[in-house]
Amino acid sequence: MEKKIIGKAYILGDNIDTDQIIPAEHLVYSTSDPEELKKYGHYALSSVPIEKAGLPEGGNQFIVGDNYQSEYSVVIGGSNFGCGSSREHAPLALQTAGVKVVIAESYARIFYRNSVDGGFVIPYESQSKLNDKIKTGDVIEVDVVANKITNQTDGRSYQLNPLGDVFEIVEAGGLFAFARTAGMIS
Amino acid sequence: MGMTITEKILAKSAKRKSVTTGENVWLNVDVLMTHDVCGPPTISIWKKEFGEKAKIWDKNKLVIFPDHYIFTKNSHANRNVDILRRFAEEQNLPNYYDAGTERYKGVCHIALAEEGYNVPGTVLFGTDSHTCTSGAFGMFATGVGNTDAAFILGTGKIWEKIPETMKFTFNGIMPSYLTAKDLILQILGDIGTDGATYRAMEFDGGAISSLSMYERMTLTNMAIEAGGMNGIIAVDETTKKYLDETGVSDYEIFKSDTDATYHSKFTYDVSKLEPLVAKPHSPDNRDTVRNVQGTKLTKCYIGSCTGGKITDFRYAANLLFGKKVKATTFIVPASTAIAKQLEEEAINGISLKEIFEKAGCIIAESSCAACLGGPSDTIGRSTDGDVVISTTNRNFPGRMGSKSSQVYLASPLTVAASAINGVITDPREYL
Repeated sequence: MEKKIIGKAYILGDNIDTDQIIPAEHLVYSTSDPEELKKYGHYALSSVPIEKAGLPEGGNQFIVGDNYQSEYSVVIGGSNFGCGSSREHAPLALQTAGVKVVIAESYARIFYRNSVDGGFVIPYESQSKLNDKIKTGDVIEVDVVANKITNQTDGRSYQLNPLGDVFEIVEAGGLFAFARTAGMIS
Repeated sequence: MGMTITEKILAKSAKRKSVTTGENVWLNVDVLMTHDVCGPPTISIWKKEFGEKAKIWDKNKLVIFPDHYIFTKNSHANRNVDILRRFAEEQNLPNYYDAGTERYKGVCHIALAEEGYNVPGTVLFGTDSHTCTSGAFGMFATGVGNTDAAFILGTGKIWEKIPETMKFTFNGIMPSYLTAKDLILQILGDIGTDGATYRAMEFDGGAISSLSMYERMTLTNMAIEAGGMNGIIAVDETTKKYLDETGVSDYEIFKSDTDATYHSKFTYDVSKLEPLVAKPHSPDNRDTVRNVQGTKLTKCYIGSCTGGKITDFRYAANLLFGKKVKATTFIVPASTAIAKQLEEEAINGISLKEIFEKAGCIIAESSCAACLGGPSDTIGRSTDGDVVISTTNRNFPGRMGSKSSQVYLASPLTVAASAINGVITDPREYL
């Protein structure tokens, strides 16, 4: 696990559901074929209405042109991030696009589990609303040890909730790695 | 101290005398369900972790229903069904319901009930958020992702946080113009799409007791729309009768203790409720049908695990009998058994299927179809500028296809009444 993550922020609103993160029509691609996997990165966040894509102004495409990776690696949402369907393709799509951390006020249960157990992205809870304080494109430093983020663009820092019970799984890199460390599976 | 029904079932699954809300426990899974969208990635993770030649933990406990992208020419979608078929052969799975064969059942959550996999007191995990539907049978059922499902495939176990329970009591006698869909839309409007996150939603009261199993499944189905971990309704005579008909006889009945601790309690008098919609673009964007009456529609849709059950079609057929629809209307039976029932059940000697055909509806084959948009050739998929009223479960941007379409969620009565007028219509106009 990286202890310090630095990247550009991509700001979203409340209730970002998994259909917005990766529309259902794209769930036909293989998740194990390296070439097809890129499709998930390419279509990540493609159903977010354009006026709400990359706040506060909106109109910021998460993925530009034919790319499958985004210039943004820190996604900051509001409440109830990842609600809706159980598709694990959602955190997978974000990871494939280059996202390392999601920071939101709260998460839907399945998205949170999938992020942790699949080892795709770190789902951090913020202690206060951040998607109105940080702007898309701001450079963010995430300190995974101190559970703190610093907006290098304006110098402000914010505390995050510790990962708690799931820290060991996140640290191990996912549920299988954790279960092997704990001797649950061989 | 007393326990709720959810706590009791989870304690049993964890082989514990009691559990405390908020603690993480390892559960022993009774059934794992998957389908064509999440099955292939689950299988690929499982093979990577346990080896190409491994055997799953218990072949009798895995149930696979291809149901999402079945009637499509999309080659990648077809390939996913091929992967399931090959896996079922490799592992010699008795509970695989292959597409394109007599065994094909349609939408997994409804097929689970019809095929006797919903067993009171047991724990069911599925790679689909609407797995909570099965909670209508007094069991714990919830959705998980592919990694968790792959872990269950290999070990039969999974970790879960013991949820607090929210209780929703519906008193009174259900008026003819209300369905279970209106009740759950009422709750969603009250508590929001994250109002029950990581919690159990327990439903009871006289109005719930009067509901058929299919109607109860509409309530538990949409527990996830409030973020709920599970929805649950205790077993009663209606449940027992359904189980008897589907050949399920060996089960344990749990009920919440009178001194159980609840996160919160909500009580409703159904005689005071009225037909509701969820306006675009969220299931909690509740309004009365009256307030949006007259909104012009391009499509009406009756289908899915939420609103494509035989009870939904009975409601709709009663209104559409002898009428013509003014907006393109899709009838998508959730399961092949329900499709057959549409041909067999009749009103005044005319089958439900014929009533829909004569009204000018388009009847599609059983599958998830346009509830979640799907590949571009999916029947009923919304296109740019569409205004849709639907009995399905979600209306997030792009959920039914185009992100520039608008989707209203409503009961089968409201959708049928609206189809007749081509504009959103209160079903009381036709009752």
